[in-house]
Amino acid sequence: MKFAVNKGWSNGRARSGVLQLGSCPFPIQTPALLLTTRKGLPAFISPDLLTSSLPSPDSHLLQFSPLHFLEGISPKTISNIGGLHQMLSLHQHIFAAVPRDSIIALPEHDSTNKYGASFQTPGGRLLIKPAEYVELVSSMKPDFWVTLADEVPAWVSDKRNRTSVDRTLRWLDDCLSLNKTGTTIFGSIVGGSSIEERHRCAQEVAQRNVSGYWIGGFGLGESMDERAALLTAVTDNLPEDMPRHVSGLGLPEEVLQGVAAGIDLFDSTYVYHLTLGGFALTFPLERNKGDNADYQLSDSGGDDMKINLKATIYRKDTSPIVESCNCFTCQNHTKAYLNHLFNVHEMLAQTLLEIHNTHQYLGFFCSIRKAIEEGKFEQFRRNFVESRRECLFAAASSD
Amino acid sequence: MALKFEVLGRFNRARAAQLTLPHYLCQTPLFMPVGTQGTIKGLTKNQLEEIGCQIILGNTYHLALRPTSELIDELGGLHKFMNWPRALLTDSGGFQMVSLLHLADITEKGVTFQSPVDGKPMLLTPEESIQIQNRIGADIIMALDDVVRTTITGPRIEEAMYRTLRWIDRCIAAHKRPNEQNLFGIVQGGLDPVLRDICVRGLVERNLPGYAIGGLAGGEDKDSFWRVVAQCTAALPEDKPRYVMGVGYPLDIVVCSALGADMYDCVYPTRTARFGTALVPEGVLKLKHQAMANDIRPIDPMCECMLSRDLHSSIVEGRFPEFVCKFLQTMFPKGDVPEWVCNAMEVAGIDISSCCREMRFDVDKSSTL
Repeated sequence: MKFAVNKGWSNGRARSGVLQLGSCPFPIQTPALLLTTRKGLPAFISPDLLTSSLPSPDSHLLQFSPLHFLEGISPKTISNIGGLHQMLSLHQHIFAAVPRDSIIALPEHDSTNKYGASFQTPGGRLLIKPAEYVELVSSMKPDFWVTLADEVPAWVSDKRNRTSVDRTLRWLDDCLSLNKTGTTIFGSIVGGSSIEERHRCAQEVAQRNVSGYWIGGFGLGESMDERAALLTAVTDNLPEDMPRHVSGLGLPEEVLQGVAAGIDLFDSTYVYHLTLGGFALTFPLERNKGDNADYQLSDSGGDDMKINLKATIYRKDTSPIVESCNCFTCQNHTKAYLNHLFNVHEMLAQTLLEIHNTHQYLGFFCSIRKAIEEGKFEQFRRNFVESRRECLFAAASSD
Repeated sequence: MALKFEVLGRFNRARAAQLTLPHYLCQTPLFMPVGTQGTIKGLTKNQLEEIGCQIILGNTYHLALRPTSELIDELGGLHKFMNWPRALLTDSGGFQMVSLLHLADITEKGVTFQSPVDGKPMLLTPEESIQIQNRIGADIIMALDDVVRTTITGPRIEEAMYRTLRWIDRCIAAHKRPNEQNLFGIVQGGLDPVLRDICVRGLVERNLPGYAIGGLAGGEDKDSFWRVVAQCTAALPEDKPRYVMGVGYPLDIVVCSALGADMYDCVYPTRTARFGTALVPEGVLKLKHQAMANDIRPIDPMCECMLSRDLHSSIVEGRFPEFVCKFLQTMFPKGDVPEWVCNAMEVAGIDISSCCREMRFDVDKSSTL
């Protein structure tokens, strides 16, 4: 793996970089989005559509949890096939193995013990030990993987929080020593909502021989306000030239917060949840202050960033979701058709919508990178957050 | 008439043809996947084009419910609504009425039923069915017929057959777009060759663009099934397409093509896929089965669209009997080809002795097959 930060733009901690990894022949620009998958594929997009309908190479980063594979096809079979890339026939994609998955493998801190980490999955509660985890990962041959962590939410006791850091460090060392084949490892950093513990964990992990850092324990109920300090408590203690990956920061504002703290890689379930609900992103990516003064919040449940395709106002709307969008869905289909598909519960609705939403969200990341490269990230972030507030304020006060 | 049908190659009764429809130039024999609600479940239009899909079937009943034929018409027709650049066919809505709705009742006026939306009594007449289909705008539309299951016996079958003939005239009169949409008549008559004959003659007299063989694929035994198909294909005009509705399994498609049919539709491939069953030359693969859990070989698909493409090219290239033999050998490696298939192939004039362990000759050659 090769990672380099582009120097020379003063954006505070925010940085842009280039990642070159394993199977993917194209360099990936960061900050970048990893697409959430279940067993290696996005929820509603088949492998052929993944390559033909999503932008390249932005859409080549795929995140999965090895725990997805405890049900169904056995890891041994995956190993026999030659790993995930072979099994899914996605040879130019980058697979990142992360133990926790915000949809179906949620950390169960109450059941985690000194032997292993517990997760709540559709198949019940599972306890995974480091050795088992490493074995699972090695059969899948991801491009990089994250060590097993004891993630705890913001409200646990100090003692429990300290234990989680100790355990995570111990498991990190276990994973490193079990890593016979020299694969690319990201060390896990936890610490809950304690600045000191975040410091401690980050400093410890920074001393290990890893290729990057994964920051866990977020998206588990902490508030955005307390998170900023916790993020910087970690990133300030990490070497500048190594990639930082965070899970659990899904919303656009949260992503901006992460970028501001110096994060390079994000996995997010935002697209998945929007798609499930029938919401289509309509991000106006070039946004000026004051543009939204006339915005009317309709009863349809949408807002300035997304629309609810199930709403009856779209029944006869023959325009695409976003006029200027280049995605397959906007190039080929209308809101009216999607509205119909959602109303009759047809599979195609979610396929088309996930394609569009992924496109849009990847476009958002592209704007972030552009803003950083122009030295205007803080302004971009401020504009974004403030115009969101303005819209909601204007809508609320227009009643 | 808004179609052209040109036969390009033959083997005895089997024919390969070019069917030119307003939206697409098709090759027959062809299989039409069922896109019930204006979509083939989970597949994009590009994926459908890639697998060689030529005509998609839309269900008038479902589309009239949601999003309504008026809305589809207002937005420019179903092709535009779906953005499907190739051909479409809509059925009359009658079948769903009868099969889906408990309190459906058929009278001379039409099909009366309880609306699934609000329980109000509603009536689907031949006129209404054609008007809905005119609004949807498919290349081929189907007449409203009085369809009875072949498992029923008695005077009901005769009543339904004659009513179908009376209704076809009402359908023809109601059809407002004969230059853009082709109205196909449907041959009924149960399993009775006399009734089927009367119905065929009656429909052929009306000089329709194409004809369907209806009332089959509903649970009758295969021996009766192929005989009805054989009788109808023998009596229907040579120069018009013949559509066997509700067929079906790959084996049925091969047999019916050997007997001279051109078009098929069935929910089978799409439905069976949703249950995890793959269609392969040897038959089916139940992919959810434990035995498949660690099988790392590819599926080796025999997509029905591809099957019909192979049928077409084998007839055009003069190797249809060889194709049929290879098909049967792959599906029945032990040579246990079902008797009904042997009999049908006998009538179709195709020698499949190389595929069968033992030949059976009990076909009544004196019948009008």
